Amino acid sequence: MDEHRLDGNAAAGTLGEVFSFEVTTAHYACENCGRTDQIGAAMVYEVRGLGTIVRCPSCDNALIRLAHNRGRYWIDLRGIRCLQVEDVAG
Amino acid sequence: MQLRRTLWRLAEVIEVVPETPKTKSLLLEVPGWEGHKAGQHVDVRLTAEDGYQTQRSYSIASAPEDERLMLTVDRLDNGEVSIYLTDVLMAGDELELRGAIGGYFTWEAGDGGPLFLVGGGSGIAPLMAMIRHRAAAGSDVPTRLLYSSRSYEEIIFREELESLAARDGSLEVSYTLTRSRPEVWSGYHRRIDAEMLREVGWSQEESPLAFVCGPTLLVEAVGSALVSLGHDPAQVKTERFGPTGG
Repeated sequence: MDEHRLDGNAAAGTLGEVFSFEVTTAHYACENCGRTDQIGAAMVYEVRGLGTIVRCPSCDNALIRLAHNRGRYWIDLRGIRCLQVEDVAG
Repeated sequence: MQLRRTLWRLAEVIEVVPETPKTKSLLLEVPGWEGHKAGQHVDVRLTAEDGYQTQRSYSIASAPEDERLMLTVDRLDNGEVSIYLTDVLMAGDELELRGAIGGYFTWEAGDGGPLFLVGGGSGIAPLMAMIRHRAAAGSDVPTRLLYSSRSYEEIIFREELESLAARDGSLEVSYTLTRSRPEVWSGYHRRIDAEMLREVGWSQEESPLAFVCGPTLLVEAVGSALVSLGHDPAQVKTERFGPTGG
């Protein structure tokens, strides 16, 4: 399978298709191990034609799963306990 | 604001510049371009006549201050996108892209330093954007670049780096060559390791901002070596190409 392991930063374009904020600088708390970090520092696995998985670099838990199919996006955020996003308007 | 960044748009190829035997830089004119930060990338999308689409990310090598957007592309023998970009694309052609993307792996002169930039191969591209931005902004943030290439011929931007370093005492450039080297060579000739990072880089007391970009193995080795040398992981930002890039 054509799978690529990259940094969270590499998924910025794909994540930007569904999130209106800058995802890579947002801070997450991992649901599994509690690690807090920026999404840009997480690990990204892109499987071409299937989707994108963002994983916690400490415990490998899937933070974000994103798939695109038949004109819809499917977004699974179960792996994130909390996401902190900068208020760029403020 | 962010939504507009995800728009695909057509850039015009102004010039294709051979950098090394395997690497070319594309100089692009992008109508409506809203600027970028040094370190950001664009996604490039190719569409075949039958509708098949494929896309890759390429770091921007130009400074925000530069007139043209520069992407520096390494030709990979099995890279369906990079072969098109380096062998087929010509001045006057159009190229579909979106960006600038990514707020994580970025540096602006106001972010300060000292800066420690570590690159491998075409991983120099986003680091070059930072070095060019630093020069264009008149910044004197102390900056050290450690750049790993397979051979002397494959050092991208060598002449520009040397001329920048020659007239700027606060910019130091060190090379390492991992496969072949000239008969007379004063730089390193091995893969980057903790000892090299300690010799070339800043101590952790100087609290440098480190940016590491290159193939996955290099990035992971350098990232963990820097942390083992005592550097704050939050100050070590990495960008991997993945095993092949494409």
